[in-house]
Amino acid sequence: MEQYTFKKKSRLVEFVGEKIIAICAFSAIISVLLIFIFVFKESIPIFTSPEVQQEASVGKMTFKQTYYEGRDPKWSWQPNSDVPKYSLLPLLVGTIKVTLVAMLLAIPLGVGAALYTSEFASRKTREVIKPVIELLAGIPSVVLGFFALIVLASVIQNVLGLTFRLNALNAGVALGLAVVPIIFTISEDALTSVPGSLREASLALGASPWQVSFTMVLPAAVPGIGAGIVLGFGRAIGETMIVLMASGNAAILSASLTDSVRTFSATIAAELAEVVFGSAHYNVLFFIGSLLFVFTFIINLGGEVVLNRLKARIQGNQ
Amino acid sequence: MARALVKPPMVVEDFSPASHFKPKSGGLIPRGLTGLAVFIIIAMLLIIIGDIVIGGAGIISWDFLTSPPEHGMMAGGIFPAIFGTLFLVILMTIMAVPIGVLTAIYLHEYTNQSSTITKLIRIAISNLAGVPSIVFGLFGLGFFIGFIGTGVDSIFFKSSAPVWGQPAIIWAAATLALLTLPVVIISTEEALRTIPRELKEASYALGATRLQTIIKIIIPQAMPGILTGAILAISRGAGEVAPIMFTGAAYYLPYLPGKLNDQFMELGYHIYVMATQSPDVEATLPILYGTVLVLLILTFLLNLTAILIRSRMRKRRIHV
Repeated sequence: MEQYTFKKKSRLVEFVGEKIIAICAFSAIISVLLIFIFVFKESIPIFTSPEVQQEASVGKMTFKQTYYEGRDPKWSWQPNSDVPKYSLLPLLVGTIKVTLVAMLLAIPLGVGAALYTSEFASRKTREVIKPVIELLAGIPSVVLGFFALIVLASVIQNVLGLTFRLNALNAGVALGLAVVPIIFTISEDALTSVPGSLREASLALGASPWQVSFTMVLPAAVPGIGAGIVLGFGRAIGETMIVLMASGNAAILSASLTDSVRTFSATIAAELAEVVFGSAHYNVLFFIGSLLFVFTFIINLGGEVVLNRLKARIQGNQ
Repeated sequence: MARALVKPPMVVEDFSPASHFKPKSGGLIPRGLTGLAVFIIIAMLLIIIGDIVIGGAGIISWDFLTSPPEHGMMAGGIFPAIFGTLFLVILMTIMAVPIGVLTAIYLHEYTNQSSTITKLIRIAISNLAGVPSIVFGLFGLGFFIGFIGTGVDSIFFKSSAPVWGQPAIIWAAATLALLTLPVVIISTEEALRTIPRELKEASYALGATRLQTIIKIIIPQAMPGILTGAILAISRGAGEVAPIMFTGAAYYLPYLPGKLNDQFMELGYHIYVMATQSPDVEATLPILYGTVLVLLILTFLLNLTAILIRSRMRKRRIHV
């Protein structure tokens, strides 16, 4: 009888313990849902409230607008002017310019370093390179932003003879440094997880080590490297502090990399503190946040799917 | 016939001129180019660290670390920012680590790896890790402050000024806890994978229940991984600025945060404000460099510890 009650009690503890653990496990799913709901919720007035739509409707954010009588219509982001202008195009172009520079720098550096580490480096060198690049990943983005603002901007200005210190190029280079470790780590993982049998087979057929690297290992790891690039791109789009500090933050619509730019993320960071709660401006900033969320969500999902498939395929080969 | 079988190595060499000539001449360019990429990355890292150490080492003193800022950040120390950062990351750890560890245990011990629920949770974790930090800031403002804080105020503190429905250290810590949750989960899972199955089987064979096995065997065994996760989370949390900008960080406060609904100063935010909004950049620059160096040392030490614990853990796995 006593044994029976003990069992019952321990069963109850077991049951409660399991439920608590399960609830914690679902917190990740709940968080992602809540993030989307609460960020999107604040941008709903853009779609429903006529008052807000007078200033910022989806059409006004997308197409050229005539803000003053007799002037040409244009795309412009000036939320604090007498006539608030909420065109997202200058911000989109700014984001693309900075991200483009960052990726042009980070892809060759990240993939190149990953190739060297997995294919050419000795075991000892590898043990040095990997933690050092992990250290780069550990530099807080505000420190990279500080470095770009104080040091890098002057260097780039002097080398290229520019008028403005803070521009898309400067922010892009600093952002590239933040993205390099992501691309490196994922690419290196993909390269080292290529089955040894593939390598050995081509070596046995008479290929030289570097031929094996470039004609066998690299193609086999391409999906993983691609996923690394995509995930790095996601990080670049959303990164805030570096761009906020190093880009100059002027929403200029131009193709030049040496113009000052304003990105989506930096716009939120710079303007949310001063915005009137519940105003059209407030709603637009949350709308930009929703766009960033949806965009990075799709990118991450895509990257993960590719990585998981790769993992399954390689594990299946073994 | 037997004689011919001894010969083949020679034959192989004869038929593959590639292995004779190409490695040295053809391998040099790819080797050099990829090596250059490594060199550039490490050189940039050294330049950044070198510049910050040279710029900041001179100002760091006991006084700098223990006194408050003076004359609009142009003199004095950064003690409130250090205190605020520590307070913030401790609160964050208290929230993120238990949830993260339990999530990892659930994924690893309770569910089938290929079940839909596991897949959904994994998708959610990797997406949580990819959400831009500024979006976390928006969420913290909209959910923790605007929804929970204001909700609590409207129930318990009617008609007075906001008590919880305002930027505060608890909301900033909660926002950061969400952001660092994936770090804790991934690190704990890695540790769970290194636990030999025999240990668990022995525990079950002795009549222990699943919960008892988790508490008495699995969690102690996974401790290095949990610790690594916590350290990496702290290092990440200490460096993030965007999520706390609207949820509790303040430019300057004459007092230290003592309650959970106080605002606080923080190293990263301090750097941002000094670097971008200082009325006299030249005068603040030494202090700015000093602050950056303190933050960098803090995050590097944390990362280094995590890397060391993790490499020791991996070695253990090989020996077992």
